[in-house]
Amino acid sequence: MATTTTPAAGPRTRPAAPLGPARPRTVRSRPNVPAAVAGLVWLAVIILPIYYVVITSLRGQAGFFSGNPLAPTRNLTLDNYAKVLDSGFWTYFLNSVVVTAASVAVTVALSLMAAYAVVRGRGRLVRSAFSVFLLGLAIPVHATIIPLYYMITRVHLYDSLLALILPSIGFAVPVTVLILANFIRDIPRELFESMRLDGGSDGRILWHLVVPLARPALVTVGIYDALHVWNGFLFPLILTQSPDKRVLPMALWTFQGEYTVDVPAVLAAVVLSTLPMLAAYLVGRRYLIRGLTAGFSR
Amino acid sequence: MSVLHPRTPATRSSITQEQRHGANGLLVLPALLMFVVFALVPLAGAVVLSFTQWDGLGDIGWAGRRNWSDVVKDPVTGNALVLTFKIIVVSWLVQTPISLLLGVFTAGTQRYRAALAALYFVPLLLSSAAVAIAFKAILDPHFGIGGAPGLHFLAQNWLGDPDLVLYVVVFVIAWQFVPFHTLLYQAAVRQIPASLYEAATIDGAGRLKQFRYVTLPQLRGTLITSSTLMVTGSLTYFDVVFVLTGGGPGNSTRLLPLDMYLTGFAANDMGRASVLAVILVVIGLGLAFALTRFTGFSRMRSEQEGL
Repeated sequence: MATTTTPAAGPRTRPAAPLGPARPRTVRSRPNVPAAVAGLVWLAVIILPIYYVVITSLRGQAGFFSGNPLAPTRNLTLDNYAKVLDSGFWTYFLNSVVVTAASVAVTVALSLMAAYAVVRGRGRLVRSAFSVFLLGLAIPVHATIIPLYYMITRVHLYDSLLALILPSIGFAVPVTVLILANFIRDIPRELFESMRLDGGSDGRILWHLVVPLARPALVTVGIYDALHVWNGFLFPLILTQSPDKRVLPMALWTFQGEYTVDVPAVLAAVVLSTLPMLAAYLVGRRYLIRGLTAGFSR
Repeated sequence: MSVLHPRTPATRSSITQEQRHGANGLLVLPALLMFVVFALVPLAGAVVLSFTQWDGLGDIGWAGRRNWSDVVKDPVTGNALVLTFKIIVVSWLVQTPISLLLGVFTAGTQRYRAALAALYFVPLLLSSAAVAIAFKAILDPHFGIGGAPGLHFLAQNWLGDPDLVLYVVVFVIAWQFVPFHTLLYQAAVRQIPASLYEAATIDGAGRLKQFRYVTLPQLRGTLITSSTLMVTGSLTYFDVVFVLTGGGPGNSTRLLPLDMYLTGFAANDMGRASVLAVILVVIGLGLAFALTRFTGFSRMRSEQEGL
C-alpha cells in the first residue's frame, strides 16, 4: 500500500490530464496509465467502506473490539444476520415490498394514462396539467411534510402503510409522466390513427398499443420509482410510528438506536436491507442504469 | 411558454384531425389529482400554517406574522441558511469534477473500465439511512476504518469535531451521489460522435487537447443538467445528515431542512417550521429558475416535454 501511494499522488493532483477520449476503438491508443491509477483510487474510495461494512457484519462482538478492522478473521459468523432476521426483519421487509409495489403500480398506471393524454390529447386541461407536472420537478418534498402530516392525521391514516403509499405516488407522478410522455411521443402517429379508425377506444389503444410498445420505458421508469420509494426515509419517519408499520430504512434507523454498541449487528442489518436492490442490480443492471438516468440524459 | 406548443402554426385541417383522433384529455385527471392533493395542496398548506400556532397535536390557532418575525430574528435559522449555501457550493465543487472525469473514464470501451463502472455504481443501491449508518461505524475514531494498519490517519473524531463535520457530510454525500452524476456524464460522453475524435487526432491533438477541445465542450449540456440536479438536490440532503449527525455537534450541520424538521417535530413548533418550509420552497424554486434562465437548462425541459 505504502509504495503505491507515492506514484498515485502525482496524477491525482492533475486529474484532468489522464482521462482520454471515450472512443479509442478506431484510433488505437496506448494504454492510459494515469487514468487507470486514478480509477483504481476511486475504486478504493467506493469499495473500502463497503468491504468494512460486510466484513464487520460477519464478526463476533469480541472480534469487533480487537485487531485490524479490515483483516479477514477466521472466526467469521452469521450470528449477526440471525439476530437481525429474528428482530422482525421479515415484517419490515414485507412492509417495504407492499409500499413499494403499491406505489409503483399505481404511479405507473396513472402516469401512463396521463402521459398518453398529454401526447395525444388536446386542449387547455392537458396543456396546463403538463406545466403543473413540470413545476412538480422543482418542489422539495421536505417543504410539504408538515401539511402532509396534518392531512394524514386528519383522515386517520397516520401510522398506516397507506399513509406512505399515497404521498409517494403524488411525488413520483410528475417525473414518471414526463419520462413516459417523452417515450410515447416517439410512437408513430399513424398507429394511433389507424387504431382509432378501427373504432378503438382510449382503453383499447392504451392496452393494445401503448403498453406493448412502451414496455421498456415502463420497466425503466418503474425501477426508477421503486428505488426511490424503497429507499425513502422522510415519509416513514413522519407518517408512521409503530414497529409493525416500519419499512426497512426506518427499521435500520431504529435498530441502530437500540443496538448502538452492537455495531456488527447494525451493519448486518445494513447489508440485509440492501440485498434486494443488489439482486435487482445483478439481474437488470441495464434497466436500472437506464432508469436512473431516464429523462436526464440526452 | 412557447415551448409548450411548438406545432402551433398547424393547418386547420390537421387540428380537426387531431381533435377527432386525439385522446380524451380527462385521462390526465387521476395523475393530476394525486399530484395536486399530495404535493400542491400541502405546499399551499405550508404557507397557511406558517401564520398559525400549532404544536402538532392540539388545535391550530392564528399567530399572524409572529412566526415570520421570530424566524427572521433567529440566529439558528441564519446559521442554517449559511450552512445550506455552504454545502451547496462545496458539494458542487467536489462532486462535479469527480463525476465528470469518472463519466469520461467509464465511457471508455476498455474491459477493465466496464468492470470498474459496475462497481462504481453500487452506492446507488443503498438507502440514505444505510449509507449514513455505515459511515457512522466506518468513521468511528476507535473501531472504525482508522484502526487498520496504514490507515491510522483516518482515526479522527470526524463526527464530533464541529470544524470537520461539515466536510465529512460533504464527503458522505459525494460518496452517495457521485455515481449518479457519473452515469449522466457517461451517457453523454458515449453520444459524442467518434468522428470528432478522429478529426482531432488527425489534427494532431493529444489526449489532453482532445479532452479540452472535444469532450468538455460537448458535455456542456450535461454539466448544466447535472449541476441543476445537484444544487436543487442539495436542499434535500436531509436523510443522510439526520441519521449521520442529527444536526450536531451543536448546530454545526443543522441544514435548513433539518432545522425545519427539528423545529417542527422535535420542538413541536409547526408554525415556525412551516416558515422554514416556505423559505425552503422559495430557495428551491428560485435556484431552479435561476439555473434555468441563466444556463439554458430549459433545453432539457423541452426535450422532456413530449409535445
